[in-house]
This record gives sequence, structure tokens and C-alpha cells, in this order.
Amino acid sequence: MDDKYLPAIYTGFALGIAFLGWRIDNAYYLQLLIFIGLNTLLALSLNMLMGYAGQISLGHAAFYGIGAYVTAILSTTYQVPPLLALPAAVGAAMVIAWIVGIPTLRLSGYYLGMGTLGFGMIVHIVLREWGSVTGGASGFVGIPPLEIGPVSFASSKSYFFLVWAVVLAVIILCRRIIDSRVGRALCAIHDGEKAAAAVGVNTRRLKLQVFVLSAGIAALAGFLYAHLVFFISPGSFGFMASIKIVTMVVIGGMASIWGALFGASLLTLLPEWLHAFSEFEMVVYGLILMVVMIFMPRGLTRGLMDIYERYRKTHDRQ
Amino acid sequence: MLRIRNLKCFYGRIMAVKGVSLSVNPGEIICLIGANGAGKTTLLSAVCGLLTDWTGQIDFEKKSLKGLEPPAIVRAGISLVPEGRQIFAPLSVLDNLRLGAYTMYKKKAHAAIQQDLESVMELFPILRQRQRQPAGTLSGGEQQMLAIARALMARPRLLLLDEPSMGLAPMVVEKILEVISLLRSRGLTIVLVEQNALAALEVSDRGYVFETGAVVLQGGAGELMADKDVKRAYLGKDYGDFYDAG
Repeated sequence: MDDKYLPAIYTGFALGIAFLGWRIDNAYYLQLLIFIGLNTLLALSLNMLMGYAGQISLGHAAFYGIGAYVTAILSTTYQVPPLLALPAAVGAAMVIAWIVGIPTLRLSGYYLGMGTLGFGMIVHIVLREWGSVTGGASGFVGIPPLEIGPVSFASSKSYFFLVWAVVLAVIILCRRIIDSRVGRALCAIHDGEKAAAAVGVNTRRLKLQVFVLSAGIAALAGFLYAHLVFFISPGSFGFMASIKIVTMVVIGGMASIWGALFGASLLTLLPEWLHAFSEFEMVVYGLILMVVMIFMPRGLTRGLMDIYERYRKTHDRQ
Repeated sequence: MLRIRNLKCFYGRIMAVKGVSLSVNPGEIICLIGANGAGKTTLLSAVCGLLTDWTGQIDFEKKSLKGLEPPAIVRAGISLVPEGRQIFAPLSVLDNLRLGAYTMYKKKAHAAIQQDLESVMELFPILRQRQRQPAGTLSGGEQQMLAIARALMARPRLLLLDEPSMGLAPMVVEKILEVISLLRSRGLTIVLVEQNALAALEVSDRGYVFETGAVVLQGGAGELMADKDVKRAYLGKDYGDFYDAG
């Protein structure tokens, strides 16, 4: 996408959000859109790590969970105002990512996948077993709604605007990083780590930095999630949750910011649409994912673009 | 400029370079020739910091490179054109070149980078034509030019070229060698690793012949070209051409 259109795209995006927020009053639809927003944040965060830098993480939901649990514990157990809990939640995830990243990011490919998978499991088990702090397997209840100064985000509509404003901010942030020198270096690491090192990219440090950034964004999503649903349990942050994030990135299209948005939307909406199939729901769900991957192996965004190009070519010829 | 003493390089327990010493003076083109697996690429990797498991001494401009990471070595003025080109295929030609200048950001280098882009595109006009194309769509020769141009973007004083002729048509090889000579005339010092020994010796001042991890022969390019063993082993002539006919 050309740089000169970016401001127009962002403005259009913001207007779209404003329009949706203005038109939609149905609580169910608002809730659905909020979840799309949260999943978009997760997909964006993993996309930076996996889509651009080419580092697989199968434990990304752990950072989502850390964000959610840190704010839950601070704002409920210790009555800390959520605005102060936010930097703590994001900061905790980033520090943990940094510590975990130093040894794990020495791995690559399947081995990195296994390493991050193990990390995700450890976090999940800690959340489940450390009952006195996290509430254990039965979950953490009574998280307060979000209030920032005099502004309350208790209503669905205000929360919708908050989440999507954050999504837009994160999209802009990611885009700025990708279009910079650092973004090029991330793609270089993806394509060839040795070659990237040969041109002077500090590959180890850059991988660690993008891992930490990615963890921070996931924790931000976790923070928003906790103050949305008021009740969290370890089940939301386990292995399946991590896989779901990976699926969103792959289905949407790796190394594409809009792909993260597409993937997150599809994977949030699909289960809702498929309720009609009742007990076959998961079968149809799996089939759709398979079909998308077979016919659009580079994800929805690229796949749809290819189809459009092909259509235009045949159209031009006639 | 570059001085290597008793360099030993290891891959795990295997010693791939077994005590090599060599020196490169400013403004020279030095070629390292020898068969596959003789340790030439390994030596370059050690100089660039890509391989850290080595003993001995590598000094660049009288400073030891021991323990330096690749970015620091690039900043010190050494650039590598890696074996097999290793361009970033999905990125555009322009982005590949900009990545070459990755270490230059701190010095408020925007204008300087723009200037360097112009100058490498002057050197390789084809890159200007293809600047928006993904680098993977270039031909082999164009990719080699891109790899050289990318290395030049870091403003090296010493350029290491690993098998630039590999897999290229003779005409393209000629063109690449011309560029190498041109770069030297502009004051760049060059180390050229080649299996195509004849082509390499033609543009070089001096050469080192490698065999199984050690230097077995060294001397001026002309001497080496005339040397019977070199001819037999690396210039593709049979024993017969020298011994029987003689």
C-alpha cells in the first residue's frame, strides 16, 4: 500500500468506527465488534512477531493472560485504579517476555514453536494452580469496570469506542514500525538471519525487541478483556487460545496489517454464524479454514487481491 | 589493513581452518582460491563475526576483531557479499539497498544514504530500472549486482566477496569483475574468494591458495597463474597438458 494513501485510510477507518458506533445500539452486535477489536489486537501483536520477523510463537495467549490477570489482581484485590494497573499489566508482560525471550529466541523454526508452547503451558498452569492469588480454575470474579478519571467505560458503546480507538492506534504504530528501517530489518531476519546479520542487523537484539513489543500489545488486549467481561478464567488463555491467534494471523495473511483485521473478524464471526449448524458447527468451521488455506495459501488478504487481479485481467481482455 | 595470524576456525569439534595467516594491504585486491571445503568461506565468516568459534588473531586497521558482533564489524568498515548472494527476495530492490545502510542511521544519515543510493545505481544502472521490483524476481547476475550494491551501501573500506561468479554466465562474470576493478580504482580494498581461479587471478594483485583448511601457496597473481600446481588443480588443465606434452 502506498504511503500517500495512509492518512486517507486511517481517516476512513476512524469514520467507519464512528459510523458503526453511532448506528449500532444492539448490545449483542456491539459485544461482537468489541471482541473483533480485541482479537485484532492479538492478531496484530502476533503478526509483528510471526508475520514480519518470522518467529513462531505458540504461547502467545500467555501474554494475553498476564495482561488480564495483572490488572484483575491489582484493581480488584489491591483496589489500584485501572489507569495505574494498565502500565503494570503491560509492563509485567514485557518484562516476562524479555526474560523468556533471551533463551528462547536463540531457537528457531519448530524448536522456537516448542519453546513458546512450553512457556504458554507454564503460565496457564500457574494461573490455574495459584488459587490464592488468581482464583484458580474457577476463575477470578468481580473485576471493576474501567474508569479513567471522570470518564466511565461501563456501557458497551463507550467500550466499543475505546477498544477500536486502541486498535487504530496500534495499527498506526505497527505500520510506522514496518515502514521504518527497523521494519525492513525484521523482514530481513524473516528472509535470512545470516544475511541480515551480514548487513549489520543485530538480529538477536531485534528479535528480542519485537517479542517484547508483541507481548506488550497482547497484554494490552488482555487488560481490555478483563475490564470488559469482569470475570476471567485460565481457560481463556490456554493452548487453544494461542492456536486461535496463530490461526487468525495465518488465515488473514501473514505480514499484513489488514490481514490481522480480516483474520480476527472471520474467526470471531464464524462461530456466531455457524450456530445454525448446531452440532456440526465445529466441523463446518474446520472445513472453512481448510478451504481458505487450500485456495488462498497466502491468507485472505492476498487471496482476495489475487482474485481481484485475475478478474480485472480477464475483464480487460474482453 | 587486514592481518590474520594463525587463525583456526571450528564447527563444533571439526577444525575447518587450520592455522591460516594472511595480510591485506590498503588498495589491494587479494584473491583466495581453492576447491570446495578448503575453508575460504569459513575464513570470511570469521572476519565478519558470523562465526565466533575461532582462535588466533584477526586485526583490522590494527584493532582486534575478537569478540565483536557483526554490526560492530560492519560499522568498523568491513562488508560482506555473502556466498549465494543472500539477497532479501521478498523485499524490493530499493529496500534491499536501504538495508545495506542499516548501520548508518545514527549519523543523521538520510542525505548520505540518498547519495549512496544514487551512486550504486550509477554503478549498476539495471538496479535503478528494477528498484520497485521484489529482489527475488531479478536474474542471477542482477541479484549478484544487488548483493554487491547492498554491501557498498554500508560504506565499507574493505569489501569481502564470496564467490561472486557462482552460477553466472561468462559475460556477466566479466561485468562483475570489471566492477570489482573499478571499485579498487576508487580506493576500496577487496578480498575475493573464488573457485573460478583464472578469472579471479586476472583482476587480483596477490593470491592465496587454500587446501583443506590451510594456505598451501601464496604469491603475486602472475606467479600463481604461471604455477604448475595451480594450473593443474585450479585452472582446469590436465596433468597431460604440462607433463606429457612438455
